[in-house]
Amino acid sequence: MTIRTAWICFNGLLKRELLRFVQQRSRFFSALVRPLLWLVVFASGFRAALGIAIIEPYETYITYEVYIVPGLCAMIILFNGMQSSLSMVYDREMGSMRVLLVSPLPRPFLLLAKMLASSLISLLQVYAFLMIAWVWGIEPPLWGFITALPALLLVALMLSAIGLFISARIKQLENFAGVMNFVIFPMFFLSSALYPLWKMREASEWLYWICAWNPFSHGVELIRFSLYQQGNLQALLIVSGVTLVASVLAVSGFKPQHAQR
Amino acid sequence: MKALKFPLKPIYPALLGCALLSSALLSSPVMAEKAYVSNEKDDTISIIDLETMEVINTLDVGERPRGIIFSQDRSKLYICASDSDTVQIMDLSDHSIIAELPSGEDPEQFALHPDDRRLYIANEDDALVTVVDTQTHEVLAQIDVGVEPEGMAVSPDGKWALSTSETTNMVHWIDTETNQLIDNTLVDQRPRHVEFNKSGTIVWASSEIGGTVSIIDVDSRQIQHKLNFKIKGIHPDKVQPVGVRLTDDGKYAFIALGPANHIAVVDAKTYEVIDYLLVGRRVWHMDFNGDQSKLLTTNGISGDVSVIDVNKLKVIKSVKVGRYPWGVRIKS
Repeated sequence: MTIRTAWICFNGLLKRELLRFVQQRSRFFSALVRPLLWLVVFASGFRAALGIAIIEPYETYITYEVYIVPGLCAMIILFNGMQSSLSMVYDREMGSMRVLLVSPLPRPFLLLAKMLASSLISLLQVYAFLMIAWVWGIEPPLWGFITALPALLLVALMLSAIGLFISARIKQLENFAGVMNFVIFPMFFLSSALYPLWKMREASEWLYWICAWNPFSHGVELIRFSLYQQGNLQALLIVSGVTLVASVLAVSGFKPQHAQR
Repeated sequence: MKALKFPLKPIYPALLGCALLSSALLSSPVMAEKAYVSNEKDDTISIIDLETMEVINTLDVGERPRGIIFSQDRSKLYICASDSDTVQIMDLSDHSIIAELPSGEDPEQFALHPDDRRLYIANEDDALVTVVDTQTHEVLAQIDVGVEPEGMAVSPDGKWALSTSETTNMVHWIDTETNQLIDNTLVDQRPRHVEFNKSGTIVWASSEIGGTVSIIDVDSRQIQHKLNFKIKGIHPDKVQPVGVRLTDDGKYAFIALGPANHIAVVDAKTYEVIDYLLVGRRVWHMDFNGDQSKLLTTNGISGDVSVIDVNKLKVIKSVKVGRYPWGVRIKS
């Protein structure tokens, strides 16, 4: 495998994902509607719920709407990552995954390239969401949109890798409803996406520890800090580590014959 | 979970080749302005460096410091030490207390006459306004006003001294020539603060329980407009206006809304509320920096000071100070 062939392959994958993104406009809108409902309906009702303690990386008091935006960015990535990983294993959508695996390039590369391509597409949706949030009055520093980019990409890769790992290993989670109930919802709700961890701790200690151990929490915090031009070394290390481990496990466990059952 | 944090600011702009631009923006020369904040429960004054936005010093003063004010040349700070029943004078060159003025009991707010000598002090418990000469330290007069006087202001031309009484619900008009009470204007419940505009033609008086701000014409001493506030998601009972500050250009008025934890930004010409800015808990008093680009607010219950960018109308930072910060004054 040369760099050139690798690039051609990745380029092809990215173009295919982009094409699908452009053609399936309804999917794009549904991916946007979900976080926007949270922002406009759910967060509006909780406007006054926060604003008691100043938490990093914020330098002053914030409304709840401002608080949940990074979590909603991670939510977009979570749904997209899980969806694309599922389709990679069961190939329900296009049947093109099997075609892809015929390629002479090594399978790990193909899988990682596919994950990267779909992650980049997720980012388009995240930025579309951030722009609508801006109009809604949530205005992070402008540089934050750039500093958040690597964080968003890393979190997207982590969630794709976890998704691929889970869907390749656990046969019971064959359909999206299963993944939704047993993976996406617990991951999203038991994290710092909706409430800061100190709030969780006020509710119960074990809930706090579950949230603190959830890699998704660290993904959310990494996005939150980078969006406000701050680094969070702990979150960065955890997200990088989980991405690495999940990628290795996912790639080694990926057996296309599952799809032929 | 305590995470290791580091600022990304210097990294990314540099990567993008914009380091020069950003450093030029960040290092614009600013005079080292300092904010003095009285902490009611700690009996201290916190000093904040406005360039670094950090508390650089905390000074012990008399008991329960509330209202604070500078002398005209800003070399001295007058402090209402309410529970010590005195007004302390602090020399700002070395932060020593150089004198104590006979203020009458429980001084809360005061105002300095443009002549830099006559200090008008509201004595909350005695229903009095005490006038003290800051040079001779003598009491020049004591004027009977309504019950629980609190707000104090002297007009820019020095002609009027105004006091608000929290229980009588009036703005009292005192002629500074004769030290006589001339007139009263009835306002809504519990007036806490009065503020003249720069030309001295209009007075803004906040009513804490009434939840309104009355705009009073100085010539007729009649209310010409009344402001009401409504914040999305906050119960109207929590909207309790206290501090009022006006920009010199006549563009904005900022009203601190107490336990509503917001500052209302009002168009000072049309009297329309433009925006509500979220700050810390129970915000009471405010002050501008020298060029009025920043406004600091004291948030009593959360024990911090919020910094508002006046041009962008955004809260940019909150700085922890002592317990129950009350008054704030900025020295440029």
